[in-house]
Amino acid sequence: MIYEPVIGLEIHIQLKTASKIFCGCSTRFGSLPNTQVCPVCLGLPGSLPVLNRRAVEYAARLALALNCRINPYSVFARKNFFYPDMPKGYQISQYELPFCQNGYFDIYVSGTTRRIGIARIHLEEDAGKSLHAESFVERNETLIDLNRSGMPLCEVVTEPDFRSPQEAVEFLVRLRELVVFLGICDGNMEEGSLRCDANISIRPKGEAAFGVKTELKNMNSFRAVEKALEYEIHRQELVLDGGGQIEQQTLLWDAGRNVASVMRTKEESHDYRYFPDPDLVPLTFSVEQIEEIRRSMPELPDEKRKRFVAHYRLSEYDAMVLTESPELADYFEAAAKSVKDKKAAANWVTGLVMKAIKETGSPPDRLLFTPAHLTELLHLLEERQISSTAAKQIFEVCVATGKMPAVVMNELGLRQVEDTNFIDQAIAQVLADFPAEVDSYVRGNDKVFAYLMGQVMRATAGKAAPQVVAQMLRARLEKIKSGAA
Amino acid sequence: MFNLSSDYSSQSMLFKAGKVSCREVVSAYLTQIAEKADLNAFITILEDSALAQAEKVDAKIQAGTAGKLAGMVLAVKDLIVMRGAPTTCGSKILSNYYSPYDAAVIEKLAAEDVVFIGKTNLDEFGMGSSNETSYFGPVRNPHDPQRVPGGSSGGSAAAVAANLCTAALGTDTGGSIRQPAAMCGIVGLKPTYGRVSRFGLVAYASSLDQIGPITRSVADAALLLNVIAGHDPRDSTSVDVPTDDYLSFLDRGVEKIKIGMPKEYFGAGVDQDIVAAIERQIGLLEKGGAEIVQVSLPHTEYAVAAYYLIASAEASSNLARYDGARYGVRHPEAKTLQEMYIKSRSDGFGAEVKRRIMLGTYVLSAGYYDAYYRKAQQVRTLIKRDFERAFQQVDCLLTPVSPTTAFKIGEKTGDPLQMYLSDVFTVSCNLAGLPGLSVPCGRDRNNMPIGVQLLAKPFDEGKLIAVGNYIESNNSFIRISL
Repeated sequence: MIYEPVIGLEIHIQLKTASKIFCGCSTRFGSLPNTQVCPVCLGLPGSLPVLNRRAVEYAARLALALNCRINPYSVFARKNFFYPDMPKGYQISQYELPFCQNGYFDIYVSGTTRRIGIARIHLEEDAGKSLHAESFVERNETLIDLNRSGMPLCEVVTEPDFRSPQEAVEFLVRLRELVVFLGICDGNMEEGSLRCDANISIRPKGEAAFGVKTELKNMNSFRAVEKALEYEIHRQELVLDGGGQIEQQTLLWDAGRNVASVMRTKEESHDYRYFPDPDLVPLTFSVEQIEEIRRSMPELPDEKRKRFVAHYRLSEYDAMVLTESPELADYFEAAAKSVKDKKAAANWVTGLVMKAIKETGSPPDRLLFTPAHLTELLHLLEERQISSTAAKQIFEVCVATGKMPAVVMNELGLRQVEDTNFIDQAIAQVLADFPAEVDSYVRGNDKVFAYLMGQVMRATAGKAAPQVVAQMLRARLEKIKSGAA
Repeated sequence: MFNLSSDYSSQSMLFKAGKVSCREVVSAYLTQIAEKADLNAFITILEDSALAQAEKVDAKIQAGTAGKLAGMVLAVKDLIVMRGAPTTCGSKILSNYYSPYDAAVIEKLAAEDVVFIGKTNLDEFGMGSSNETSYFGPVRNPHDPQRVPGGSSGGSAAAVAANLCTAALGTDTGGSIRQPAAMCGIVGLKPTYGRVSRFGLVAYASSLDQIGPITRSVADAALLLNVIAGHDPRDSTSVDVPTDDYLSFLDRGVEKIKIGMPKEYFGAGVDQDIVAAIERQIGLLEKGGAEIVQVSLPHTEYAVAAYYLIASAEASSNLARYDGARYGVRHPEAKTLQEMYIKSRSDGFGAEVKRRIMLGTYVLSAGYYDAYYRKAQQVRTLIKRDFERAFQQVDCLLTPVSPTTAFKIGEKTGDPLQMYLSDVFTVSCNLAGLPGLSVPCGRDRNNMPIGVQLLAKPFDEGKLIAVGNYIESNNSFIRISL
């Protein structure tokens, strides 16, 4: 039997606001346990939540970028369940009236556009962390760190529109790129800033009805998502082919062993007893407020790519590479602003600059070789003051020291010489030193020109402008040739 | 000279005139508390800190830098958090709990130089109408120790009525300020929902809870409301509506005030002595120039059911945090996570709290939500509309507080439904978010106090104070004096 997978994703995006969603505590990652807490995120008796408006603004940006309808009136709800690192015994989330609904996001897979429906986006608070296995934890003890309790999360729920793990991963890659561009999330999957759960079922190809789905959790990288989905598709195929039935259950992915294990079955599923949180007033949004957020939105990756192709005449590929991050795109635009050859600027950024970013580990906006350096270097090349070989040499020094290219050029004496007297002398010397080659040229062997050219460049220690040398050498040799004939 | 049964409005003149020191007053009240320990009004007595605070206040009074309520000796219902004292909520599960922060009302009152004398007994987490559900035992009515003081702010009401303090803070979710005030023969004011910050009030039912004063005079209630009312950014449900100078309403009288008597509040089941006492008020009010008309609140009969569904639903969620994991009492024999939850909660909560948690859990469950919780919210909207219509015709409403006066301890504990039904006249006010005032207006055949309830539209506390003070000044109600 040939099956078709049906996949939907639930992505938790941690918003990078300075403070938590319902209190003033810091959201910094990696602090000592229980140092970023207050009565509110500890859930102490008598404490009350107050909504962080910045988190709402960030969620609104995402909603607009994903073409969603922002509800003019949305409600926070309590999701009730017991867990030691969830201090109130409920999580403040949204249920019946979420923040926004009915959006879509286009992705490109194998040359075609796939439109993925966004069912809803809502705001909620994160729970703390339970520590069981660390070395400092005594046997049978669990320690609780509530620094993460109350961190702002935006949950994106897609429609079951994916038909392969590759589509799901491409969506995640693009969504990650999007939230980073929007400036609302750092996109760091290892630190849990972006978390993904998947609902997955399979059905015989051509069938319209959905099969029984399972839920996959604990996939902490794009690769884990792909592997887990492939694993689960395969597992479900084996069950169905063996005449069995899929059980509705929640599975936990183990990236170390590449297997998914059952976390809970349908019978064990929670009744969360959602109801509107009486401690919070409904969240309201006017058309004007939505428009104001729309105006303040940064350019989205897709828009940027289209603009790069149209405005800078770059290839789709270059545009794609340059918009990998907002910082890299900004770097390119700053450097290319006052140079004539935009393509050359793009080549430098996608080539040596990106290599330097990778090697030094500094992000584009921290690189010692700044866009201003690249602009100057490109100007030196345009003005033929340096050769491309010299440019590369200068680049290496600038990356390491932060010195400006013109300064390095002068220090290393790499300025190209266009002084015809100087070049003339060098040519005369070479012609005198290599009579055999000259003779060969005269007899019609054009290949020897490159050799002689190289010798002249060597005689000028690489400082002569190659175009000028070539022109003069050619004229001189032709003159000899016509004299000999 | 100094009368411990007087109200703050008269005591403050003696402070200002230097006739008595705050320290002397605090000592005298501490003596009273010790003498009347049988009432069981207090869970925690703050003897040392109250005396120390009193000395500071005396210095401030002498220096002329004292706050608006300097030397007011205040008892605080133990559902409001306060640093330096346990906040037990009348429950075993929080019997060892100290709050690291002060409630908003405590901050405001401390800034006006109030002296906090102790934390008062209450029904566990505010769940009860007789103060019999407290882990710390029942409170006794100062007018008759065999009887209940009402609840859930029974400790606060008993303390004020027995002259163990000048005034007290109570909280009111379904009548918990007004009903014990009526049963103890004193004044209880439940402000409009959102008028007073709930920050630091341990939640029973968040959409209904409100803090308010329990006092020996309407004037004191106005004084306290002046200090505790106002918007608080830490409570999202606190409303940013300007406050009034509530004292300015005291002597406005009742001339041209239109008062409605909802016919649904005077049916069968109301004690005849109560009906008679309230009817006596009609003549008094008319003499003062008020117009009395009959109105209808047709959805009243559904109020108790709606109230217990909504309040229990919210309580089941609000009380989930008491799980033994982070603070409060953890059962010593729990070996697993599951056991920690079950044993700590089974042992830590009393029967009434467990009953409401179970009821609330049930009404929020999948498959029952629409039939119970959603339906109750719809009823709530209808009740709100009843009041909106009534307040188009009248300025305020005059009703009984409770169908009976204070009953005997143990009389209703075997029949929770009967106990719930006694809240019939007070819960609608919370469901609609209205302000309500309970003022003494007589005694019944057993000499137990009778209260009358005044209700007004949201943020119209001023009108309650005007009418309430008129009733107070025209009734020769005999308080307990020393």
